[in-house]
Amino acid sequence: MLPVGLGRSYGDVCLLDGGTLLNSAGLSRLIAFNSETGLLRCEAGTTLSEILDFAVPRGWFLPTTPGTKYVTIGGAIANDVHGKNHHVAGTFGCHTPRFELVRSDGTHLECSATNNPSWYSATIGGLGLTGLITWADIQLRPIVSRKIDYEGIKFVGIDEFLAISRESANVEYTVAWIDCVAQGRNFARGIFMRGSHSTRPKSLKPSSPTRLSVPVELPAGLLNRYTVGAFNALYFRKQIRSRTSSVIDYEPFFYPLDSVQHWNKIYGHKGLLQFQCVLPDTDGSGGITHLLRTIAASGLASFLAVIKVFGDRKSPGMLSFPRPGITLALDFPVSEKSFGLLNRLGALTLDYGGSMYPAKDALMTPEQFQAFYPDWRQFARFIDPAFTSAFWQRVTANV
Amino acid sequence: MSRTLPARILVLGATSAIAMAVCRELISPDSRFFLVARRADRLDAVRNDLLTRGACSVITRAINLDDVDAHAHVLSEAAAELGSIDLALLAYGILGDQEQAQSDFAASYAILHTNFISAASLITWLANYFENAGKGTLAVISSVAGDRGRKSNYVYGTSKGALNIFLDGVRNRIDRSGANVLTIRPGFVSTPMTAHLRQGPLFASPAKIAKGIVGAISAKKDVVYLPGFWRPIMFFIRALPEFLFKKLNL
Repeated sequence: MLPVGLGRSYGDVCLLDGGTLLNSAGLSRLIAFNSETGLLRCEAGTTLSEILDFAVPRGWFLPTTPGTKYVTIGGAIANDVHGKNHHVAGTFGCHTPRFELVRSDGTHLECSATNNPSWYSATIGGLGLTGLITWADIQLRPIVSRKIDYEGIKFVGIDEFLAISRESANVEYTVAWIDCVAQGRNFARGIFMRGSHSTRPKSLKPSSPTRLSVPVELPAGLLNRYTVGAFNALYFRKQIRSRTSSVIDYEPFFYPLDSVQHWNKIYGHKGLLQFQCVLPDTDGSGGITHLLRTIAASGLASFLAVIKVFGDRKSPGMLSFPRPGITLALDFPVSEKSFGLLNRLGALTLDYGGSMYPAKDALMTPEQFQAFYPDWRQFARFIDPAFTSAFWQRVTANV
Repeated sequence: MSRTLPARILVLGATSAIAMAVCRELISPDSRFFLVARRADRLDAVRNDLLTRGACSVITRAINLDDVDAHAHVLSEAAAELGSIDLALLAYGILGDQEQAQSDFAASYAILHTNFISAASLITWLANYFENAGKGTLAVISSVAGDRGRKSNYVYGTSKGALNIFLDGVRNRIDRSGANVLTIRPGFVSTPMTAHLRQGPLFASPAKIAKGIVGAISAKKDVVYLPGFWRPIMFFIRALPEFLFKKLNL
């Protein structure tokens, strides 16, 4: 069996053929909240969206958040998710001081850095394999406004991207959209997006965002190098000045895709493949340019390509993905050619001493996984005997 | 919505997924809850949830509502603790096993007792309470299954159909007093009761159903289908002539 939250992981870490999925949707009760310290205890099926609805009006925010709020706390811990503030805040596990793990033999383990520390470490980033997380403590951070002071900065080339990243080391949230189609003088152009919680006190009341929806699956070939290339050119030029700044609500800043329900249908019936790697690269010479050239030369178009510099705050998680370096996240419509490209990118990631993210993976080989996560054998001792996943079966198929 | 929400709330079957979601929708700094359900540990979890989210107070009582002899006591206690009841929500029920119920009448009896007989006992007390008060809402979760008997679940359907008729009668009797009687007819909802069924696109989340219930309470509706698309579907199902209906595999 395998616990599953909202099933938003892009690969097979939340799947199990022929097994039983433990749906955590009902585990959505809050248990306690300390309005002085911002420590929230809630059941593991509670979603980030529900926590924001609860916390923002009270002047608190998530310690870190991935690009969607439709994930559960259990999933956020199990994948040790990260966000735009990784360079200052680390992963979700860095802000989860305590949780309860229930094993299939009925034992309840309360886990923290001092209580059952090895179970704590194995379960953060443990892909749901160590048992069922039933509740967790989340350390929220205070805010005085829903607003984000936002800046968008255009760049062309990895050197410029890295220069802006260094200049932004003290800005809380940083991420960049990158054009993976353009070649020649436009190669590796993009928009660096950075922001901080506004410090001017403002209303914390929820706004009612407009919600769009993709009603049907669009034709499979819609997203190709020409349409995405044209979109990228427009998106890059939409911001006319090289730098813009504005004050925006946190929703469009953190969750632009959440405002479009069923956005995945734009990839057509076959869907999409996600890929995210991190390379131990600090100056652009360590492989990131090689990867980007390989993608641009492939003729395949990644609609949503995101690049960010990870920080060096270490996660307590044994199998945690983020590590210092540059991370690149991509998606491609499912096709034979995409599989070929992602296999090449996986091989390059291994050559350059990087790692790949299980939550966004469909193609990692056992050899790659075991090289990316050298502690995997130690981790395997903590797997619940009744638990497994399609991902785990795939990346340990050689043993 | 500017309409005021009920503040003093009695929930019978308070640990059900829909009841929990309704309670969350009703939380305000003034909201006071009296929660009744079978399991004390689950009641504690719901109480903590509502208090953490900002409810004013939450009282719980763990009893089995199948025991109709216990009803009058717990209901009077709720009225006394809350001062008065603005909203009483009946939210418990069992789906049962249709196949078992066909061969073993004891199984049918259990479904009819929990879903209809025990509910009728609570409604009888509450109808008198609200009629006397001349205000307040009695909201009862029934089901679209009560609209017509089908071979796949007619025992459950009968229990809910009887409940619908009972509520129609109560409404006809006490509506003129100023009290409101709401029959809630949800379709498929993703809850522990339906966890064993294959979930399709017709399934709705408890949170979505809860929003519909609170909207119907505020609007003082009589009967609400949730989600709303079930109203035309059930109209069509009820309109099919029996000579045709009996041949269908429903």
